Amino acid sequence: MKVKVLTRNPDEYLRETKRDIHKIPRNFDPALHPFVAPREYTKALNAIKLERVFAKPFVGNLEGHKDAISCICKHPSQLSTLLSGAYDGEVKMWNLAKGTCTRTLLAHDGIIRAATFIPDGKRFITIGDDKTIKTWDAANNEKDEPLNTIASKRVLSNITHHRTKPVFVTCGEGLCHMWEETRNVPLHTFKWGVDSLHDVKFNPVQKDLLASCGSDRSIILYDTRETGPLTRIVMKLRSNKLSWNPMEAFTFTCANEDYNLYTYDIRKLKTPINVHMDHVEAVIDVDYSPTGKEFVSGSYDKSIRIFEVNKGHSREVYHTKRMHRLTCVGWSLDDKYIISGSDEMNLRIWKAKASEKLGILKTREKLARRCNDALIEKYAIHPEIRRIARHRQVPKHIYNARAELRTIREKNKRKEANRRSHSKKNTVPFMSEREKHIVRQDN
Amino acid sequence: MKKSANKNYRGKKLIDKKFLGKAPIDKQVLAKYSKGPGLDLKRKRNVIKNKVVRKKLQQKEKIIEKQVEASARAELLLTEEHGYLEADEGETTTEYRQKQLTDNVDITSAAKQFKLDLQFGPYCFRYTRNGRHLLLGGKQGHVAAFDWVTKKLACEINVMESVHDVTWLHLETMFAVAQKDWVYIYDNQGIELHCLKRMNGVTRLEFLPYHFLLASGSKDGHMAWLDVSIGKLVARYNSNLGRISVMTQNPSNAVLCVGDSKGIVSMWSPNSTKPLAKMLCHHQSILTCAIHPHGTYMATSCVDKSVKIWDVRQLTGPVSHMHLCSPAHRMSYSQRGLLALSMGNVVEVFRETSGDFKPYLRHKTARNVGCVKFCPYEDVLGISTANEFSSLLVPGSAEANYDAHEINPFQTKHQRREAEVKALLEKIQPELITLDSTEILEVDVPTYKEKMESKKKLLYIKPKSINFEPRRTKAKGKGGTAKVIKTKKILKDLSRRVRDFHIF
Repeated sequence: MKVKVLTRNPDEYLRETKRDIHKIPRNFDPALHPFVAPREYTKALNAIKLERVFAKPFVGNLEGHKDAISCICKHPSQLSTLLSGAYDGEVKMWNLAKGTCTRTLLAHDGIIRAATFIPDGKRFITIGDDKTIKTWDAANNEKDEPLNTIASKRVLSNITHHRTKPVFVTCGEGLCHMWEETRNVPLHTFKWGVDSLHDVKFNPVQKDLLASCGSDRSIILYDTRETGPLTRIVMKLRSNKLSWNPMEAFTFTCANEDYNLYTYDIRKLKTPINVHMDHVEAVIDVDYSPTGKEFVSGSYDKSIRIFEVNKGHSREVYHTKRMHRLTCVGWSLDDKYIISGSDEMNLRIWKAKASEKLGILKTREKLARRCNDALIEKYAIHPEIRRIARHRQVPKHIYNARAELRTIREKNKRKEANRRSHSKKNTVPFMSEREKHIVRQDN
Repeated sequence: MKKSANKNYRGKKLIDKKFLGKAPIDKQVLAKYSKGPGLDLKRKRNVIKNKVVRKKLQQKEKIIEKQVEASARAELLLTEEHGYLEADEGETTTEYRQKQLTDNVDITSAAKQFKLDLQFGPYCFRYTRNGRHLLLGGKQGHVAAFDWVTKKLACEINVMESVHDVTWLHLETMFAVAQKDWVYIYDNQGIELHCLKRMNGVTRLEFLPYHFLLASGSKDGHMAWLDVSIGKLVARYNSNLGRISVMTQNPSNAVLCVGDSKGIVSMWSPNSTKPLAKMLCHHQSILTCAIHPHGTYMATSCVDKSVKIWDVRQLTGPVSHMHLCSPAHRMSYSQRGLLALSMGNVVEVFRETSGDFKPYLRHKTARNVGCVKFCPYEDVLGISTANEFSSLLVPGSAEANYDAHEINPFQTKHQRREAEVKALLEKIQPELITLDSTEILEVDVPTYKEKMESKKKLLYIKPKSINFEPRRTKAKGKGGTAKVIKTKKILKDLSRRVRDFHIF
């Protein structure tokens, strides 16, 4: 007789001393792990609930301005430094890590329209309603006088600096001026039409490419080397701001007055590649995350929304009771925070991922989070999980406005369908949402 | 990885190379861990036209493939080997008595064969899920819980009432006893924690560990599920089967299988008052029913001395059919597929070899056997009679390698507490008890009717004109043209109202 009975030597299964870690023998045989799918589903459900429980995006606010904030400007290399300009002509430099104001300048007479850092971060340029362009020393905190002041002949509304060359462009009444830092007269002047321009942005990759938004509802692309204006698209309503995608620099997103944001591919400007809806009032500002996968938008409806580039609806909405109409938003260069400036004189700092834990995570914590994220992604389509993931409490005015907008949209759809069914074939063509908002493209 | 290994073995060029890459994996082992054939993502035949989506799916498939391969490779790390019993030439394994077995095995294993003389018989008993603890319940009120490996008694009480069934709850710290009228929950010191009066006249108890449900079948045919984590009765209804005397759970989908006197095994979940499935297994009443711990097969026995094995995943069968010399009153499946049958005072263990069941071991007791159960993760079979409980050695019955993240026979108090919290966190809701536990992973395809209905609901299609002749009422203030128009408008609005799911 040959016999063997299962015996487990406890020495092999128990730890030797109390200081040891426990021995965890594993056996991945699927038969020993029943109910894998329902258990995973339960875990995913718990994970998504916890994510909503821990979604506390508001980090803090920076107070100190005496008037509404008009613009913010991120430092190109220091994460903690931020510039903000206000309607009373004051510029403040902030230390975001400490939450303190490090410097206050009375820079202009009237509204600060825009500010920008020189790419090396040593100086910054501000423009204001007093038609001057002032260059400041960023390092010297004591100095109250600008390094250089240029008087422009026209009203200025925005400024952007070239990525590498010592060249910046301002826009204003119908013109774009290109300046060199050392000279007091513009190098070039670009012009298309007579309407004033209110935003201009250099492309971060194709460094000499420039895009601007005009008040005649147009978006104009310029080549700053020789050619000047390249092309122009005209939309139904005007675009307030635009932002280039830092990773796919051939696309940009513009914030439009018609409550939507539009992402364009400059190789095919005829229609936008995506329409991002969800705001219920005009979108004022937009800024891309450094990953180029998401962008943040601030709107006149007192809310901030975060969109994914390839999605039509926002993944997140931020609002507080005290936050008023947004004037500017920015996505910090470490992809972790969102900074917003609004009408009621406060700068606010938000987390880019609402439920993210700040600070250093333990390895176990990190692994658990990764596991949870994977499970949420796997079961994302299940109705219960989707419902929890999507649900956001929004202020009453947004809630009501959304219902109203929905009714309007449905009414238009119905009207169009009825008109189509009662007219001769092909006289009422179908028009996609993307085509609807664009009027024409000029070359 | 797999590709290169194959190439290395097939390609003639590489044969003389010194290192051939990772060792190839046995196909059978791979098949054991396989998660299904996966998606066919070859470009030509594919329905998925979007390149990006296809690429994403391909990457996912690759991850799954890698995971399967890794877990198949991890089989090398399993330390224990399962037990076995081989007969010498001219002998059969059924000839061997327990005495001979204990003489031939090591001392620790021999200590697992023991006998308890008891006096409040006939006894029913349960092992915990990790096989360490034993709970005995005597018909005449004797209840005892102890660690049978170390023989350390946790508690011993007499409830002074008849005891019909006992079961452990999720841990060895609590157990439920079906007594004369009601079900009681005790802790491992024998202190009564709860009296569940909603479960009355219970004859059979089952605990569904992943759902934290205590299920019971009563003598008047009622079935009840109680969530022990929140103390809520999930469902309770009459099964209309009469006295429930045969009830087991299917460990792979948590469905209760109830055998009745007409030879039908019906499967019950707390979500419907009708059985999820019914199987006509025999033409006479069913004596007992046992389900493989992995949820593959079900064995049923009948008064006509037959035992049938069914495929319980597909609800087909019988896979095999046995005729015994006397009817089997109790049955139990072990983790490795041994089937123990008790026939009068004889306990016989059957083993499946290539489709048919052959006797493997035999044991005789003085009195009729009341209950047989295999101990999980130990090569031990427990049997109880009117005046004794004995633990028999059955080599090769149990799974040798446990997964400590699932069930740990060697767990410490601290680990037990942590495991309890984890288990509670992933408690499966009772709504998910279905015949197929993977149903939640399936794609919900809308039916043609649903599609048509959603199309009809679209708001921008002009609603149908509603023209109806209202009843003429003579009562004052009830009729009138304005009223009729108003009613029509309300009806029109009702007909086109669309529930919108926009949340934000």
